[in-house]
Amino acid sequence: MNNLILGDKIFKSRLFTGTGKFSSNEIMKQAIEASGSELVTMALKRIDIEDANDNMLQHLNIPGVNLLPNTSGVRNAKEAIFAAQLAREALETNWLKLEIHPDPKYLLPDGEETLKAAEELVKLGFHVLPYVQADPVLCKKLEEVGTAAVMPLGSPIGSNNGLQTIDFLKIIIEQSNVPVVVDAGIGAPSHAAAAMEIGADAVLVNTAIAVSPNPVEMAKAFKMAVEAGRMAYEAKLAEQSVGANASSPLTAFLENLD
Amino acid sequence: MSFYNEIQKYNWDEVKNQIYSKTEADVKHALEKEKIDLNDFQALISPAASAYLETMAQKSMQLTQKRFGKCIQMYIPLYISNSCTNTCVYCGFNHKNKFDRKILKSEEMRQEAKEIKKLGFEHILLVSGEDQKNCGCDYIGEMMDSIKDQFSLISLEAQPLSTDEYKKLTHKGLNTVYIYQETYNELNYKKYHPAGKKSNYQYRLETPDRLGQAGVHKVGLGCLLGLEDWRVDTFFTALHLQYLERNYWKSKYSISFPRLRPHAGGFQPNYETTQKDLVQLITAYRLFNHHVEISLSTRESEKFRDNMLQLGATSFSAGSKTNPGGYSNKEESLEQFSINDDRSPSEIAEMIQSKGYEVVWKDWDNFMQL
Repeated sequence: MNNLILGDKIFKSRLFTGTGKFSSNEIMKQAIEASGSELVTMALKRIDIEDANDNMLQHLNIPGVNLLPNTSGVRNAKEAIFAAQLAREALETNWLKLEIHPDPKYLLPDGEETLKAAEELVKLGFHVLPYVQADPVLCKKLEEVGTAAVMPLGSPIGSNNGLQTIDFLKIIIEQSNVPVVVDAGIGAPSHAAAAMEIGADAVLVNTAIAVSPNPVEMAKAFKMAVEAGRMAYEAKLAEQSVGANASSPLTAFLENLD
Repeated sequence: MSFYNEIQKYNWDEVKNQIYSKTEADVKHALEKEKIDLNDFQALISPAASAYLETMAQKSMQLTQKRFGKCIQMYIPLYISNSCTNTCVYCGFNHKNKFDRKILKSEEMRQEAKEIKKLGFEHILLVSGEDQKNCGCDYIGEMMDSIKDQFSLISLEAQPLSTDEYKKLTHKGLNTVYIYQETYNELNYKKYHPAGKKSNYQYRLETPDRLGQAGVHKVGLGCLLGLEDWRVDTFFTALHLQYLERNYWKSKYSISFPRLRPHAGGFQPNYETTQKDLVQLITAYRLFNHHVEISLSTRESEKFRDNMLQLGATSFSAGSKTNPGGYSNKEESLEQFSINDDRSPSEIAEMIQSKGYEVVWKDWDNFMQL
């Protein structure tokens, strides 16, 4: 399988994971290790960036795992930019998952503010991975301002409802010059495999692993599904066809022309 | 337009009749739906639902874990003043009770904060009696300033303020405001709140509107169980929640149901709310609203809280003192109510972990709000 090139890094694993909702930091660590993930997002609001002994950060000190701080909780571009700068200083990474959701109920991303913040953050030297609606036009605009990837949602975050936006995801994948990471809504390994089969460059999975009664086994299952989906994509899936095409009622006349 | 206009469309007795006439079939129907409306919610808080508690609890657990994970947030109240101009008949801070009132000063606040930090808390709830003259917005702002470098999330439970005052405090870093209506029964409200500013039902009822307009991040609602029939009062709380979510969609909401219990010498609840009722109520809320935070305070017993953390609750207080200066000063000042679960924060954290849940001390930061 091909490696994934994203920002200034090369990834073997195309499964990105998160840190929320686990029953303990120890289980989170075991699940991340089992997933083989090399990029893990965590909410800035959950960690104490002034405390070198922060319990969650300590558990994320895993060889081969890169941190992807996210701005979950901010409501506009201004707050996101401020939080991003603090994260860069404290965590010594210029990678950022840009999340702006003024709606605290469904945590749906604000495209307008995200575009504004992305433009600014790219200028400030960040590798920006923006979480957005599966909106092909917005994704192109984000690419144009220089984001490292785009992260369209499959369905509402935490819903486990799978790829409800699949028609739009296909358009985004078709048109994108930057990696497309399907984020949010992936609730089962089969959803992750489906995203990879349609050509997503990676997926980000959190709730489905964290809330499973057995997060470590579920992390392994997602690892295998992402690999299988990617392998299938690279091997090229056989075309699906409906019914047989034995006769050609519409073009048979060509054979009888003089 | 405010929620006061909205609630005029309803009649207390009619709502009561609707709830009490729900059948088991209505309950089953509600339990089969993916999204339930206020009509279904009535079925879930009706007497007919009591036979379906286990099913409700199972669903509530699943929904809560899906939305919030296996996590419980921890907070602690810091009483900044017990001075109060109201005469709420059920409250220890009642203006008519003769005792020396205590209003903390900045230095005392820092002492309290120091003790609280030792316990591990990052989320603090400032609580005050209602004394607009001596403990108004400026005083509250000053108290916030004196401790704000110590905590990552500051909440407030005090007298209702104006929209501008809430804006000012939010600008200073206030995140959450809790304002309990106590009862939505306008007719009887005055009986429980005979004097002081709190006797104005409409002004209090419209406070969450002002909070939404001021852009406060999180708004806490609730009613005091025991004043009126809990099934009716909590229906109106749900109506209030739905109204606020639709109108002030940028705010987050939290709900809690403090329960008055009979005790010698004090105010006796007019209506009893049993622990079983509380389970029905909390699980019904979770089924009605998958996103609302539900907090459970130390008013409730150890055993009850230990079991409820899986069934829908999302935040717990621990080690609470309900008198100003209670953490740093051994000398007694008047407490608002006596606590039932008196375990230390570390004991409660251990219990939460032993149930397979993560204890979340920090889930916000001042720099998240500009």
